[in-house]
Amino acid sequence: MLHYLFKRIMAMIPMLIGITMISFAIIHIAPGSPADLLIQMNPKASPDAKARLRAYYGLDKPLPVQYYYWLKRIAVLDFGFSFSPDGRKVADKIFERMPVTVTLNVLSLLLIMAVALPLGILSSMYQHSFLDKCSTVFVFLGFAWPSFWLALLLMMLFGVKLGWLPISGLTSLNHDTLSLLGMAADYARHLLLPVLVSAFGGLAGMSRYVRSSMLEVIRQDYIITARAKGLEERSIIYRHALRNALLPIITLLGLSVPGLIGGSVIFETIFSIPGMGQLFWASAMSRDYPLIMGMLVIGSGLTLMGNLIADLSYALADPRIRVK
Amino acid sequence: MKHAYARAQAISQIVLACLLLLLPGITAFAGAAGQVAEDSADPAHGDAFIDSSIGDASTLIPILASDSASHSVAGLIYNGLVKYDKDLNLIGDLAESWEILDKGLTIRFHLRKNVFWHDGQPFTSRDVLFTYRIMCDPKTPTAYADPFLQVKDARALDDFTFQVHYEKPFAPALESWGLSVLPEHLLKGKDIVKSPLSRHPVGTGPYIFQSWESGAKITLQANPRYFEGRPCIDRYVYRVIPDSATMFLELKSGTIDRMGLTPMQYTRQTDTPYFRQYFKKYCYLSFSYTYLGYNLKNPLFKDSRVRQAISCAIDKQELIDVVHMGLGQIATGPYKPGTWVYNPEVKKYPFNHHQARELLSKAGWEDHDGDGVIDRDGTPFQFTILTNIGNNERAKCAEIIQYRLAQVGIRVKIRIIEWASFINQFINQRRFEAVILGWTIPQDPDLYDIWYSGKTKPEELNFISYSNAEVDGLLIKARNTFDQNERRKYYFRIQEILAEEQPCTFLYVPDALPVISSRFHGIEPAPIGIDYNFIKWYVPKREQKYVP
Repeated sequence: MLHYLFKRIMAMIPMLIGITMISFAIIHIAPGSPADLLIQMNPKASPDAKARLRAYYGLDKPLPVQYYYWLKRIAVLDFGFSFSPDGRKVADKIFERMPVTVTLNVLSLLLIMAVALPLGILSSMYQHSFLDKCSTVFVFLGFAWPSFWLALLLMMLFGVKLGWLPISGLTSLNHDTLSLLGMAADYARHLLLPVLVSAFGGLAGMSRYVRSSMLEVIRQDYIITARAKGLEERSIIYRHALRNALLPIITLLGLSVPGLIGGSVIFETIFSIPGMGQLFWASAMSRDYPLIMGMLVIGSGLTLMGNLIADLSYALADPRIRVK
Repeated sequence: MKHAYARAQAISQIVLACLLLLLPGITAFAGAAGQVAEDSADPAHGDAFIDSSIGDASTLIPILASDSASHSVAGLIYNGLVKYDKDLNLIGDLAESWEILDKGLTIRFHLRKNVFWHDGQPFTSRDVLFTYRIMCDPKTPTAYADPFLQVKDARALDDFTFQVHYEKPFAPALESWGLSVLPEHLLKGKDIVKSPLSRHPVGTGPYIFQSWESGAKITLQANPRYFEGRPCIDRYVYRVIPDSATMFLELKSGTIDRMGLTPMQYTRQTDTPYFRQYFKKYCYLSFSYTYLGYNLKNPLFKDSRVRQAISCAIDKQELIDVVHMGLGQIATGPYKPGTWVYNPEVKKYPFNHHQARELLSKAGWEDHDGDGVIDRDGTPFQFTILTNIGNNERAKCAEIIQYRLAQVGIRVKIRIIEWASFINQFINQRRFEAVILGWTIPQDPDLYDIWYSGKTKPEELNFISYSNAEVDGLLIKARNTFDQNERRKYYFRIQEILAEEQPCTFLYVPDALPVISSRFHGIEPAPIGIDYNFIKWYVPKREQKYVP
């Protein structure tokens, strides 16, 4: 097992370098540089000012040299300073945004699991029943329904018409004056709609996965054996079928790790949530190279980790893989 | 699923990006607080003003920022030596007065006494000198250094007198001192880019910085010691709401007090009793214009008759009516109608197909082969209009122009390109036939960079390659003259020439459409807009909403 782990971690290093090399190249090939975007079409900016900005950012050096310097700093986990005018540390910018995105995504993932698991199990137990069909329609509606539109409709209903919930943002204006409990309630009120809407969109994937995986397991011989033994239906489903059906879900969860920190631009934009998605979008649009690269490295690192953890837990859960 | 509307979102974000890039000139001053008006009655203190913006500020050191969000917040925190008053005249801000000596070669500023930085330190001419030095330092990554590089010598004569000397008289110089003055005692000997002031600014202005939650909101507190008097509104909150639909819902639910409306929202969505009761809409010309620019190096557009013909073939009022719901004014030149420099008596090109065809046939363009497209020497008249993604108005204009030009036998194609590649691959390399773009109209009328024939090198702003010896001479004379009447003569003549030659077809000046909660009183629209007297806005005691 340790040997396996070691091999996997070693294999990740060239992969990570490959990822950074490709992303570095792609971003620098994209037209425009941070210096251009700062002053383009600004009647008061001269080409001299631009050359100065370029030299300031080190963009006048050849690309491989820039990559070399960047890699050298990354090796000691120094992500450098953002090119945006505030010149803050990339790491600060990223870690200031990450908690919001992670909280939101974890909450929504939990909600998805809480709804999708029972829904998937029920649908598979009563395959082709009215309930199954209803749930199918429901989850695919969530999948197909543009979440930005649903978000706007809910904001209109709960925010404007009924006035029960805040429309966007994370905190109220008077947040700082509230008690600890009040603050928690304030966060909860602001997070309710975003979590609901994002979970609604993600239900389909998970619940269909559970359903099909359950259906497959239920057809297995050992389930028939269990039935033949005269076991109770409950125990067949939950003890024998579900446990085995959940195995592929582990992989699915592992794959969702990058999504947890990545965030979604559309979603964060519509709810004015200052998270990772918006940060990434803004940095890409302003060609803020250090920030883009920092987020990509952290993102790809976590993705590789997520895969690794998924594989490991899979191995732990499934003896057949462990033996290999 | 997310990809499907990622694009829609992308578009709205790029609108932001483009706005930011095109408009930095305006808000630098529009945000600055105005002068004291004696007659304002009932100046109740208190309450908060919740402003909204689709983008967060990037840094609150204004000389480093080029986005309008940063400038509009920083405008409440800092002051310049001069500023524009409501009628667009330069008046003193941190400077009480100034003298122009040596036929315009020297400007001597007499500074206000008893002005204090927000941390309590006194403001002196050393701060001004320091700010000037920062601007000229090649290590400062600022886009606004140019006018300061023209300064030959700058010195602080005493604590409250600051003098600059120029090589030759330079009229835009005075305006350039509207630049936000930075505190020497907090920045001296430090790297300005890494200064904590970018996240925690200290200025002399009407509002004191309080807090900044990245991507969410910036909060400012009224400065009780402000030299023009304490602002009436106690708190200013700048909320970042990146989606304009969300912003509109926030407005409707009363959680923000101001937003800029789209023409559609202005005419169709806000005309309800509820809105009329709780909000007040404003409508005035913005400081920008939209134009159809031609690549004058292209043989198609060498003949001015062809350009005039295209101007005749486009119904500009139709563009305003359809694209901006009628909210705007036809542009006749690069200045804003109603300002001192605007010449209303230039040649105009009313919509007239007949005349357009006549001009084209004089230039040799006629439909010889009967295919509906005019041609000359066997080549049909066709060209491509480029514009950038994310600006819906421009794309709509392109389509209407395409339709109108087809009626006089010109075949137009439209290509819409992402902003960064649009600028890099097409504009900078002059690989375009025609473009639809917009320019900011700066308060100082000096347009040397846009129309001077020497400003056509790659990356310079005269990308349509306009060249006219008379205009060149007038531009230089005008920027070397301080006398407004004399300057006006030069600019009037420039506008006549531009109108005659039509190096681009000036389309329209759109309206700015802010809406503000009706509990705010004291707002008086003026040529410069509405923000100039922000410190005099107030909410009567009984209408106050945010009371501590």
